[in-house]
Amino acid sequence: MKIAVCVKRVPATDTRIKVGGDGQSIDTAQVEWIVNPYDEFALEAAIQLREAAGEGEVTVVCLGPAEATSELRKCLAVGADKAILLKDPEAASHDAQVTAGALAAAIEGLGVDLVLCGKLAVDRDQGQVGVLLAARLGLPCVTEIKALAVADGMATVERSGDGGNREKFEVTLPAVLTCDKGLNEPRYASMKGIMQAKKKPIDEVEPQLGSGLLDVKSLELPPERAAGKIVGEGVAAVDELVRQLHEEAKVL
Amino acid sequence: MSEYRGVDYYLLDDLLTEEERMVRDMTRDFVSEAVMPIIGEAYENAEFPLHLVPKIGELGMMGANLPEEYGCAGLGPVAYGLINQELERGDSGLRSFVSVQGSLVMWPIFAYGTEEQKQRWLPAMAKGEKIGCFGLTEPDHGSNPAGMVTNARKDGDEWVINGAKMWITNGTIADVAVVWAQTDEGIQGFLVEKGTPGFSAPEQKRKFSLRASVTSELVFDDVRVPESNRFPDIKGLKGPLGCLTQARYGIAWGGMGAAMACYDEALDYTLNREQFGKPLAGFQLVQQKLANMVTEITKGQLLAWRLGKLKEAGKARPQHVSMAKRNNVGRALDIARVARDMLGANGITAEYQCMRHMCNLESVNTYEGTYDIHTLILGQDVTGIPAFE
Repeated sequence: MKIAVCVKRVPATDTRIKVGGDGQSIDTAQVEWIVNPYDEFALEAAIQLREAAGEGEVTVVCLGPAEATSELRKCLAVGADKAILLKDPEAASHDAQVTAGALAAAIEGLGVDLVLCGKLAVDRDQGQVGVLLAARLGLPCVTEIKALAVADGMATVERSGDGGNREKFEVTLPAVLTCDKGLNEPRYASMKGIMQAKKKPIDEVEPQLGSGLLDVKSLELPPERAAGKIVGEGVAAVDELVRQLHEEAKVL
Repeated sequence: MSEYRGVDYYLLDDLLTEEERMVRDMTRDFVSEAVMPIIGEAYENAEFPLHLVPKIGELGMMGANLPEEYGCAGLGPVAYGLINQELERGDSGLRSFVSVQGSLVMWPIFAYGTEEQKQRWLPAMAKGEKIGCFGLTEPDHGSNPAGMVTNARKDGDEWVINGAKMWITNGTIADVAVVWAQTDEGIQGFLVEKGTPGFSAPEQKRKFSLRASVTSELVFDDVRVPESNRFPDIKGLKGPLGCLTQARYGIAWGGMGAAMACYDEALDYTLNREQFGKPLAGFQLVQQKLANMVTEITKGQLLAWRLGKLKEAGKARPQHVSMAKRNNVGRALDIARVARDMLGANGITAEYQCMRHMCNLESVNTYEGTYDIHTLILGQDVTGIPAFE
């Protein structure tokens, strides 16, 4: 079974974001970079499928700057077989159409049975690339999956619908699935995995970039949060708390 | 508190290879996620977190510097050191477990053992399926191991061991003990398995330090082991001392891990706690402490890294290791004490790490060659005059 996993290099989730001088991008000077956490669920799922099948190949694909080799090396250490870096110093500035187009062009020739993505990247939080990628590839797509099983050319997946419904789908492969928290528990890279990673290939490829359809006009930080309110202590406070949540905050 | 990112004032990350950084980051993540949430309570309850051992094995942290043919990862000295640094950022007890398993049991089996001994123990110990301990120190022979009274007498195809060892990390939970004993041909090493008649390993309780670690006595009462359990080619004190050089190397890195944890905690605390209308970190006395801490940490990190490079090049002498172990643990203990002070009353609670590290480091400063013994090793090395006796 051949699986492609799309991964993105993103700022660590506890980064204190600063808006850059241009007002349109973030200041990356003090940023620690990580593999997008949702992409780690996708990678773990791919490795588990390969292990269960006893054969196959997991290729991680990333549109990113040269520095993203560091995140790709981590994916290889965790257990991916090879990596493709669509090298582009401007990767962070593209809209989802451009990103999906570049990924589709790279994945098309791989002849994979399955494409796995994170449900969204934690930098932009848009959740568009997986769906657009499926459209570009002409493949079925299920988003935000929390369970996955593959047998006889079909994937059985589950996702949470509105109101906590559990939805179950059968999808013909190849397909694009975007992965949510709860799908699995991503493993750590082992020491042996780290040693093997340096022998695995990272192919650097010129990405096929279309023209973008969206421009970022400005970025600004959210306003400072107002201070919280303590309505009382212990059981005695419950009634008043419920009343205020209901009548003032209007969240109940 | 934001995620722990270590202390790297002098951009020493630039000195590390990508692989070394990955090993460090992976171990750091593991400690943040699997150790930090449970270690305070384990320490309070005097429980070694045994449930972590299979995971540590799966990740390949034990005997990580030994070759792949024995189920190990074949890491270089710097990567191996970084594992120790990050584990000890969690707790000295956890790092002690891994040091003993890797440096004091797996390493001598690898360096001194027969092929049969290696095949039998190394892959299982790397996975954490078997646990080892190392018996050198005795109740009456600590800094002077040459005076040991535990002895082994040849009897046909067997050896009969009598005596006692003390302060043995992992003793009670170990499946196998590397035991050093006097013989007619000098000190020799034996593998003594759990359950061998006459061999017991009662736990030493009531410790104020290394509470999340098992410390035991080993008692040998006419314990018979086969000739095949003896290390064949090593005789004399250089056998156990060779092991200690390996373990002390890891401790030199580990000490800095504990120091980094304490500094990180003290910095965060003093930036966030306000007294007299401003953060504690805004006061000169506090800043002086922080400046001293980060300077000593940077020096210790450089010492450990350089020692790793010397080891990689085959140039590290035991005395070089003594310098790093002595300095890095001694300074880590100073830093932990100062951090404890900076956290005021909060510093004495299990909500924070610094007092746990402080108490642990009292042991680490004492074991594997006390601070003063390493002073004398360095003294002898630079003067040529031994001052031990």
